[in-house]
Amino acid sequence: MNNPQLNRHGELQHLLTTEGLPAGILRDILDKAATFVDTGDGLEIKNVPLLNGRSVFNVFFENSTRTRTTFEIAAKRLSADVVNLNIGSSSTSKGETLLDTVDNLCAMHADMFVVRHAQSGAAHFIARHVAPEIHVINAGDGRHAHPTQALLDMFTIRHYKKEFHNLRVAIVGDVLHSRVARSQIHALTTLGVPEVRVIAPKTLLPTLVENLGVQVYHDMSLGLRDVDVVLMLRLQNERMQGAALPSAQEYFKYYGLTEEKLACAKPDAIVMHPGPMNRGIEIESSVADGSHSVILPQVTFGIAVRMAVMSMLAGVKV
Amino acid sequence: MNIHIRNGRLVDPKNSIDAQQDVYIVDRRIAAVGKAPPGFVAGQVIDASGLILMPGLMDVAARLREPGYEYKATLESEMTAAVAGGITSLACPPDTDPPLDEPGLVEMLKRRARSLNQARVFPVGALTYGLKGMELTEMNELTEAGCKAFSQADAPLTDTRVLLRAMQYAATFGYRVWLRPQDSFLAKNGVAHDGEVATRLGLPAIPVIAETIALATTLQLARETGVILHICRVSSSAAVDMIRSAKREGLKVTCDVSINHVHLTEMDIGYFDANCHLVPPLRSLRDKAGLRAGLLDGTIDAICSNHSPVDDDAKQLPFAEAEAGATGLELLLPLVLKWAEQERVPLLDALAHVTIKPAQLLGQKMGHLSVGAHADICLFDPQTSWKIEPAALKSQGKNTPFNGYEIQGRVRYTLLDGQIVFQQ
Repeated sequence: MNNPQLNRHGELQHLLTTEGLPAGILRDILDKAATFVDTGDGLEIKNVPLLNGRSVFNVFFENSTRTRTTFEIAAKRLSADVVNLNIGSSSTSKGETLLDTVDNLCAMHADMFVVRHAQSGAAHFIARHVAPEIHVINAGDGRHAHPTQALLDMFTIRHYKKEFHNLRVAIVGDVLHSRVARSQIHALTTLGVPEVRVIAPKTLLPTLVENLGVQVYHDMSLGLRDVDVVLMLRLQNERMQGAALPSAQEYFKYYGLTEEKLACAKPDAIVMHPGPMNRGIEIESSVADGSHSVILPQVTFGIAVRMAVMSMLAGVKV
Repeated sequence: MNIHIRNGRLVDPKNSIDAQQDVYIVDRRIAAVGKAPPGFVAGQVIDASGLILMPGLMDVAARLREPGYEYKATLESEMTAAVAGGITSLACPPDTDPPLDEPGLVEMLKRRARSLNQARVFPVGALTYGLKGMELTEMNELTEAGCKAFSQADAPLTDTRVLLRAMQYAATFGYRVWLRPQDSFLAKNGVAHDGEVATRLGLPAIPVIAETIALATTLQLARETGVILHICRVSSSAAVDMIRSAKREGLKVTCDVSINHVHLTEMDIGYFDANCHLVPPLRSLRDKAGLRAGLLDGTIDAICSNHSPVDDDAKQLPFAEAEAGATGLELLLPLVLKWAEQERVPLLDALAHVTIKPAQLLGQKMGHLSVGAHADICLFDPQTSWKIEPAALKSQGKNTPFNGYEIQGRVRYTLLDGQIVFQQ
């Protein structure tokens, strides 16, 4: 089985998942992203017209203002033409099949598709069917993967912690339904983080999650002990209906990140969140806004990382 | 016409014959094996040198998609596929549209099938109206119309009291009840085995306990009612263990497995291959080993194709949205041979799973080549290897997880009732 993300020279053809990518490619993306960040004073993202004349289509079958916007900004910083399509509210509701939609978009001469879809595997499916010169970036497919989110998390970790090989990282929350968590786990283990923990009640952990190379904790204070990085996950409100949890209040009590629980981590631990946050459900405001939080820099780095991915896929040498 | 099939290697599991024997057909029936009957004059001689001569295969689960789903497949296309695969009898599940819950529908299906004169069709009637799991169908009427068993196909029957009543009623008349055990709450929205692959790919999962919990209920009800129970498409090692103990205890229970599950596991899903979206889901390597052990020790009676043709558009979707199912009629025999070779199972034992054993669980005195039996025969070349190419399949359903596999064993002749219905 060929890795559908790589071309026959072993270069990145599509970015669909962080799983199965060589560490070298992940490091290349982070290194390239670093060249787009101006660390002079504050964090500024440079304008680099590498994709002048190319077109990037944001194809969103599932709504997301935030992710779509950061991709849009990233493409514009590279001087690409950006087209935003919210398919969720048009073609498929008119009965057009996903394949027809993809064929039509290909005929509009896009260079790159940024795709979000509610079904796991949708990005792989689209990548399999696009014309060979078109590159696909997965911006989130079902519960499966959200590779650019994981890469911006890796960039943020590297920015603050410099290395991966000496870290202890905890991922907290709804791992079962989270594409972010899956992509983070694969990226962290590939980049050589020796200890990745997941912390959640049993109802929010997928079967055999330990086979992904993580240690499982149900007690948050134990799980956070001596960690360098805390990656919080968003809790979807509908989890209460599926009998996965009794209430948001009870969840917060055991798995919400408070200053008291954060005190178990290393004194210089950083706290991250993919957004949008539910304050008072998975994270306390004083932590979200506190000195350990790097949640806003994450967003800024996200633009640089997406610029890096786009320019690498376009085959542009920096 | 009298037919003399000569120089073939006869493999007849029912009669424990695996030997070079000629077969003589008179008046559509087996007239003699080994030596010509007195006064026999052949109208046609089939030279079976190098071929294996066996009873026509019986497939206990083949969806023909009629009535209602003719865009997926038709009786014509699927019967042609069946005989090309050496299958001369098949049982079709009731999940057509409308479901097989009315005698008229069953009669029409039987009449249509008979007029095509390809394979014998044994309809499995719906256990409840519309397969809705609420009201019992008229099982007496349906039986008179030709139903050989009653089933929910893959439709849930969540009300345990209805299931109890259905079994009691069927037991009253000695009817067979065929059930695929699955707890519909535990399986809700699931599309893949709850294991490592579904976890990695983020696919909604169906745990093994969805099968074993429903199986425990079903077996308990069978104990209570004394119904003749058949468990369809067992998929997990744990379920095989439960059926093994139930059989030891003396319960009247049989079971089958789909050939897909004998060969494939969750790992074959790879990068979301929708051809591996099957019902029940492909399970773990350990489950596959358990299923194979169940075949070896006789816990599992029949191997079926679980032929479920799907139109191409319905598969051209992300994994979970793609329709479940795969074509299988033409692949059943070579895939059974492949399993037999891998596990070093003697041909006589292997082929029993697709001849005499399915005949027994259907309650039919068929699936063998004793003198006097219908001359339903498959002649195949065990040496020819071929590559599975969807376009070359006769079934209207072209989707198969075995796409591109090299397999051995090619059907040369299929005879139904003493007439050649397929030849290549």
